[in-house]
Amino acid sequence: MKRSVFGRIWPNATAVILFAGFVFPVYWMFATAFKPTGDIISENPVWFPTNITAGHFAKAVDADHFWTLVLNSITVTVSAVLLSLVIALFAAFALARMRFRGRRGFIVTFMLAQMAPWEVMVIAIYMLVRDNEMLDSLVPLTVFYAIMVLPLTILTLRGYVAAVPKELEESAMVDGCTRTQAFVRVIFPLLAPGLMATSLFGFITAWNEFPLVLILNKDIEKQTLPLWLSQFQTAFGDDWGATMAASSLFALPILILFIFLQRKAVSGLTDGAVKG
Amino acid sequence: MSVQTEGTDTAGEPAVHKARVPAPPRGEDGGSAPPARRGAAAPYLLLLPALLATLILLGWPLVKNGMLSFQNLNPRQLIQHLTEWNGGDNYEEVLSGSDFWHVVERSVVFTAVNVVLIMLLGTLTGLLLARLGKRMRLLLLLGLVLAWAMPVIAATTVYQWLFAQRFGVVNWVLDKLGWHSMADYNWFGSQLSTFSVITLLIVWQSIPFVAINLYAATTTVPRELYEAASLDGAGAWKSFTSVTFPFLRPFLYATTFLEVIWVFKAFPQIFAINEGGPDHLTETLPIYAFVEGVGNQHFGVGAAISFLTILVLLVITSYYLRMVLKQEEDEL
Repeated sequence: MKRSVFGRIWPNATAVILFAGFVFPVYWMFATAFKPTGDIISENPVWFPTNITAGHFAKAVDADHFWTLVLNSITVTVSAVLLSLVIALFAAFALARMRFRGRRGFIVTFMLAQMAPWEVMVIAIYMLVRDNEMLDSLVPLTVFYAIMVLPLTILTLRGYVAAVPKELEESAMVDGCTRTQAFVRVIFPLLAPGLMATSLFGFITAWNEFPLVLILNKDIEKQTLPLWLSQFQTAFGDDWGATMAASSLFALPILILFIFLQRKAVSGLTDGAVKG
Repeated sequence: MSVQTEGTDTAGEPAVHKARVPAPPRGEDGGSAPPARRGAAAPYLLLLPALLATLILLGWPLVKNGMLSFQNLNPRQLIQHLTEWNGGDNYEEVLSGSDFWHVVERSVVFTAVNVVLIMLLGTLTGLLLARLGKRMRLLLLLGLVLAWAMPVIAATTVYQWLFAQRFGVVNWVLDKLGWHSMADYNWFGSQLSTFSVITLLIVWQSIPFVAINLYAATTTVPRELYEAASLDGAGAWKSFTSVTFPFLRPFLYATTFLEVIWVFKAFPQIFAINEGGPDHLTETLPIYAFVEGVGNQHFGVGAAISFLTILVLLVITSYYLRMVLKQEEDEL
């Protein structure tokens, strides 16, 4: 099919415009964070920062309790993701590899659980946590973040387990492995990219979670970064340099993880493994 | 990040697709031996932790929410740990006021506008991805992934800065384009403008998911179908409606459903950008429940609103839910 010059140009032109539209807010965040205040509050925007300063980052990091909150966020996120991965791996294996009564029912249950409107259940969760005297603690946060991502983790992992060729497992069992050994030695290593890709969703959810920590943890020592960031601007008034530096610091781990894991997830799972 | 029906694409699925391609046979007997049967209880034991966790951490709060909604629970009762049942008073209070119905209407309109925009623009972007050359596609994918990966709260903060009254870049551009009244415009001063910013933010963050997955789905459409269509004299539009679209339909259903849920539940974007203001005018149901229940410390009323919110969500999504449940049953 021959296309006119116009027909060849417009998709590329649209792509460039879209690219600019999608990237600009991210770019503007980093650009503002590195600009001296004079360039931020100027009558005409400084599109490309020429005088670069790290002052805003220093200010953001110097804010009270910053490192405590970083540590809290990392602790909660990593524990929640690991917890949900372990639980999900068992369930996903059963759902992908075994035939039993009620299998569909379980899948539907997890699909429904995935819809759970956690945002509107915070009052009930607050009461439960309070009645168990666990307010201002990282434990309930971890546990609830884990369950928030659990259904999707199960459903996604199920796909990855199903994608590992059955022949591999069976031949390991023919070679004398038990089913558990076959799983640990053969399937698990092949699942690694799937586990990473799946955990990405968990990381994003837990790292971002906002309503629950907003209501449960009033003690600043037990809060997490999203809460800090949302209050940062109020605390620092119109100091957009520091606010954008704080946003950049908050966004950076996820941006890196995302780009890194996206690639990992797609890099061939098992192609060739069976042929060998 | 994922879609619920089987057979639709998820972010990681190119890899899965690859792996599902049948492998060349290793030998005549390879792969036909049935797996050894261990105890029949094994699958249930494996599922037990997940089920228990769901039951305790999801089921219990749901039940608790239902119970709270029938209680008179204000700061006094909260502090003294009193349980005062008040029958359906909370529901009567919520349902008889006009506030609740305004918020429901607003939430439905808000969800509809956002989801239509997301699906329309996301689909167009996805189709564009399929049409681009390799290099341009990578460029656009990079932009999409960056927007997708941006944490919600960070994105919300950035949008506050983009739309800031003083020194905000959006006002500057509008001013330079000749719209001088916008030079010092306060975006967070009126309902419509606040919603516009929130909508732009949500649409910007949601398009990548739709576009990237839709692009992945188009790659699964067999080439021969297009060839057959063009042999039959179908133009670009005709081959889209008769070949591409039918292939994408299940995916589009599933994605629309997910987007409806996500947009309807959207909390951090709305709350962090203006706390439901100005003057409560951008409160959607989740925000309304939070502000009434936690902000004004009417916990019982808040629980009743939460429960009603879940009902509204179920009604909105019931059509698709029924479809999925039926599908799953048929496959039994």
